[in-house]
Amino acid sequence: MAHTNRKSIYLVLGCTLFAAAAQVLMKFGAGHPLPIPDFSTPARAVAFVVAIFSNAPLFFGYCMSAGTALLLILALRDGELSTLYPIIAMSYVWAIPLSMYYFGDKLNIWKISGIALIVGGVALLGRFGAPPSRAGK
Amino acid sequence: MTETPISSILLVLLASVIGSFGAVFLKLGAEPLKNGLRYIFNWKLIAGILFYLGSSVPYVLGMKHGELSVLYPMVSASYICALFWSRLFFKEPITLGKIGALALILLGIVCIGTGARG
Repeated sequence: MAHTNRKSIYLVLGCTLFAAAAQVLMKFGAGHPLPIPDFSTPARAVAFVVAIFSNAPLFFGYCMSAGTALLLILALRDGELSTLYPIIAMSYVWAIPLSMYYFGDKLNIWKISGIALIVGGVALLGRFGAPPSRAGK
Repeated sequence: MTETPISSILLVLLASVIGSFGAVFLKLGAEPLKNGLRYIFNWKLIAGILFYLGSSVPYVLGMKHGELSVLYPMVSASYICALFWSRLFFKEPITLGKIGALALILLGIVCIGTGARG
């Protein structure tokens, strides 16, 4: 039976960290005024492209999302979809401290319970998805 | 407190199902990568990424109205779908461990959605 190795699980965990950071960057980027697409003259088209690239948070947010996809693909190459895909829920967990720090959100008992439950679920997936650790002995 | 419109719930559910198809295509497209990274440009991976990007449209539309405590759990529908697609397309076993893990994650997302209200 095909098992999921630990490396794939760590890759998806890394992927969720990237995804959470990308979300923060995009939220920052969305706060900047977005340039109006105008391709009527070459000069205006260039100005529009420059404006997109100069919105650094948004640009890096998109780059990090692309990186996220790459990590997920590499993980899926060597692991079970049913084990790896639900680990993406960890991005909800990372989002909580990030939005507390950057956007002043408050912690409450619901969020703490949610973090505990999701971490518990992901740990279960790691336990049952990865090959038994005794196998090598 | 505002009501969550049915249309928002359906849109987020739709996004979840589209997203789970994206995961299936990413998994299919990841297979050729076992022979080297140069196989990264294949139609299945591109389809997977398009499904993912496509799922963000109903997601954003659905999230505009309604409460996170109702809508967040709808997102986890994609994990449940993915469990069935994994069985169907990749012959991955559905084990008690996976069901238990999914139940915990689902409950956790419900809690975080509820906590976001305060």
